Amino acid sequence: MSGGAPAKKSEGGLSPALIAEHGLSQDEYARILETLGREPTLTELGIVSVMWSEHCSYKSSRIWLKTLPTEGPQVIEGPGENAGVVDLGDGQAAVFKMESHNHPSYIEPYQGAATGVGGIMRDVFTMGARPVANMNALRFGSPEHAKTRHLVSGVVSGIGDYGNCMGVPTIGGETNFDSRYDGNILVNAMCVGLVDANRIFKSAARGVGLPVVYVGSKTGRDGIHGATMASAEFDDASEEKRPTVQVGDPFTEKLLLEACLELMAEDAIVGIQDMGAAGLTSSSVEMADKGGVGIELNLDHVPCREEAMTAYEMMLSESQERMLMVLKPGAEPIAEKIFKKWELDFAVIGITTDTGRFIIKHDGEVEADLPLSALADGAPIYERPHAPKPKLATVTADDVPAPNSLLGALQEMMGGPHLCSRRWIWEQYDHMVMADTVARPGGDAGVVRVHGTSKGLAVSCDVTPRYCAGDAFEGAKQAVAECWRNLTAAGADPLAITDCMNFGSPERPEIMGEFVDAVKGMGEACTALSFPVVSGNVSLYNETNGTAIPPTPAVGGVGLIPDIAHMGQMAIAEGQALVVLGETKGALGMSLYQEHATGAFTGAPPPVDLECEKRAGDLVRDLIRKGTVSAVHDVSDGGLLVAVAEMALAGKTGVTLQAETPLAPHAFWFGEDQGRYVVAVEASRLRELLLQAASSGVPALAIGTSGGDALQLEGEPPLPLGGLRSTYEEWLPDYMSAGRG
Amino acid sequence: MKAAVIVFPGSNCDRDAAVALEAATGAPPAMVWHGDAELPKTDVIVVPGGFSYGDYLRSGAMAAHSPVMREVVARAKAGTPVLGICNGFQVLTETGLLPGVLMRNRSLRFICKDVHLKVERDDTLYTNGYAAGSVIRIPVAHKDGNYFTDDETLARLEGEGRIAFRYCSAEGTVDDAANPNGSRNNIAGLYNESGTVLGMMPHPERLADPALGGTDGAPIFSSIVERLQ
Repeated sequence: MSGGAPAKKSEGGLSPALIAEHGLSQDEYARILETLGREPTLTELGIVSVMWSEHCSYKSSRIWLKTLPTEGPQVIEGPGENAGVVDLGDGQAAVFKMESHNHPSYIEPYQGAATGVGGIMRDVFTMGARPVANMNALRFGSPEHAKTRHLVSGVVSGIGDYGNCMGVPTIGGETNFDSRYDGNILVNAMCVGLVDANRIFKSAARGVGLPVVYVGSKTGRDGIHGATMASAEFDDASEEKRPTVQVGDPFTEKLLLEACLELMAEDAIVGIQDMGAAGLTSSSVEMADKGGVGIELNLDHVPCREEAMTAYEMMLSESQERMLMVLKPGAEPIAEKIFKKWELDFAVIGITTDTGRFIIKHDGEVEADLPLSALADGAPIYERPHAPKPKLATVTADDVPAPNSLLGALQEMMGGPHLCSRRWIWEQYDHMVMADTVARPGGDAGVVRVHGTSKGLAVSCDVTPRYCAGDAFEGAKQAVAECWRNLTAAGADPLAITDCMNFGSPERPEIMGEFVDAVKGMGEACTALSFPVVSGNVSLYNETNGTAIPPTPAVGGVGLIPDIAHMGQMAIAEGQALVVLGETKGALGMSLYQEHATGAFTGAPPPVDLECEKRAGDLVRDLIRKGTVSAVHDVSDGGLLVAVAEMALAGKTGVTLQAETPLAPHAFWFGEDQGRYVVAVEASRLRELLLQAASSGVPALAIGTSGGDALQLEGEPPLPLGGLRSTYEEWLPDYMSAGRG
Repeated sequence: MKAAVIVFPGSNCDRDAAVALEAATGAPPAMVWHGDAELPKTDVIVVPGGFSYGDYLRSGAMAAHSPVMREVVARAKAGTPVLGICNGFQVLTETGLLPGVLMRNRSLRFICKDVHLKVERDDTLYTNGYAAGSVIRIPVAHKDGNYFTDDETLARLEGEGRIAFRYCSAEGTVDDAANPNGSRNNIAGLYNESGTVLGMMPHPERLADPALGGTDGAPIFSSIVERLQ
């Protein structure tokens, strides 16, 4: 095979409307004409349009993402590969990434969410890792919105059915309800895998004349232009885009996982890349570009599910459960044998070349002949205008009315959409398969044991969108800090994060301003906490009819617990003293209590002091490992009283609270100041704990003791734990079942 | 004592079962691929959880017709003990080794959580390590675990003492509130006529290790070893 033949000419030229339909601007099309020196064919137009789409090219975000810290002694592989890799010691490594599947999940929640999970697992096992834990971060619209129930139900069962069939435990996540997601829900899926550090596979197709091999499912007409759809805002006609949503088959993915891992144990693979967004186009371009070679594909050999598929359709299909590999010469028979054993398609569809060109042949015609340099690094890069957002005023306790009863307000808040139990969701996820889940969903972090060892991998997904809406810089800092805090509360050394940057249209300066602020805030926190970014994904254009989602820089973190015998957990036993570590100042801006009392989120979100954060976290980790504390929980949504109530519910014991504070009681108990933990300690060790906190420079305040079967605060009638548990557990199932019939 | 675990392409609790078996027997079990028509000589066969062939048809329906299951059925009929867990139970009903069928949960949702089970008998191959009437806690994880059979068969199963486990409350009350999936008579597991075949929806292999939060599942495996060794 060789290049050189002129590409087939398009018939009758490409109309401006057709070019616009491909999401290309006039400037971008002019750039294509200049690069090629001629009009592109339809297939070429399709190929360039997906490679230059926001989703694949990161053209609006790239210059800012480059500023994020990505290095550290624990980092084996930073951003740029299918997923990031961190060192776990003993020759083992964790591979992880989080990715969005927002647009498809709104249009078709079940398949959209399912294929999001499938895609992120492929990213992880492409690198040679066996997936060992999944998580997800979900943002739905207001519970009152007509579509919310349908979306929750579809997304949760889509995630569950895919992960459950794969046999990978889904060990937690987070879910928010907020009317600003009414028209654009967010589905961010994270996967963590385990690999031997010396058996990591990458995508570069290094070497000329090597076979390019297609494996997995057949190619169909589903998902064509999914990447372009994910790079545009929605309007009232968006539901008509349902045919662009892919359809998942978890059983085939399970076969693909096992077949790939079996082949990876042989010495056969040069490079491997999953076919995700922009399918065959993006995978082959990336492999060739990274390997510094050209690539020539003959589409006559592509296994197709439907008849008479055109080159255009094959190159843009996003059919799921497919992989592209470049094999070592002569490795085809062993690879074919393994894929046949797993009853998957296997086809040699091309070869690497030294021409630097991307050549697509079909039915004897050259359908595309493009310089690779124009497709990958040649994509436009934009420094879009960004407008800073004015800082909001700090809210004081006087701005927010006190409740008649603190415990009454607590019960109402915990029996509502923001704070209620997410059990209805995570019980639909198999969170115990693989028999290594040592901390199940519902706690600060999910933890899986590293199989066959006593080490644990802690995983947490975090961001507080209402904070980011007020101040994207502080909000993104807070997301990183809360993730770090959750891993710490599990007793883990936080290692690194993956991020999923969900925003509105970057073409609006105020949205681009939010993005820039969020990247800066995230970078500052990652640097201060030695918690670098090793992988991630950007999802822009999350807006409908001109209304954007709140900035949502979701963070997924991984930490290492050296010995699971010394893990943190949040259930308190009876007869313990409760202590809050970290300073309480009564920050009520953007707090859940503020919304409960006033009906709105206003003012500046709580700031994060990263030095205090680090001191408190390092202290807590030490207390857990020394066994000084018997329970730990971070203080987040809803503040101190909610944190204590969650610990009491988990431990099935009451608590009696009293605190000496100059703050107004509602600011003290419901303020959402950052960098805090509640810990439980044997009364006999309280003094030891307070001394160690003092010498570590961490404020510590005793706030009560555990025992009995109610929450008690001086001057208020006791709140029985049973009643609190009912409202906390029943809100979500009641809400979901109210939608039937 | 030798054990074998059947591995379908969509099995995903095969490793978990192997770990629990090895802990009980002291030796790793043989892992038998679904396409193999030959089974090694073995004292007990475990059909593990998962999604055998994807289960897009009725759960376990295709697996029941695989080459390896023909051999498993033959061995079971000759008296070799066979334990089917979750998808394994579904497969055993589809082969006819156990009566009835596992329908979609009445909630229509997948459900993964710890449940309490009442151990009906303590004189069987699989439950001699428990006390009859005791309550154990192990998890379920399934979408199709709603056990159904006709009235006549149900009466026979009850009359012959073939119910192995029933879903119950933590205090041991067998009632509808404790029934996670709508199974008739709260049936979570049952025996064949000779008591050598046990099918159960809950996963004993998932709580057989203190690090995972409980060990109530371990006696199933140690009971087998106790009886066969």
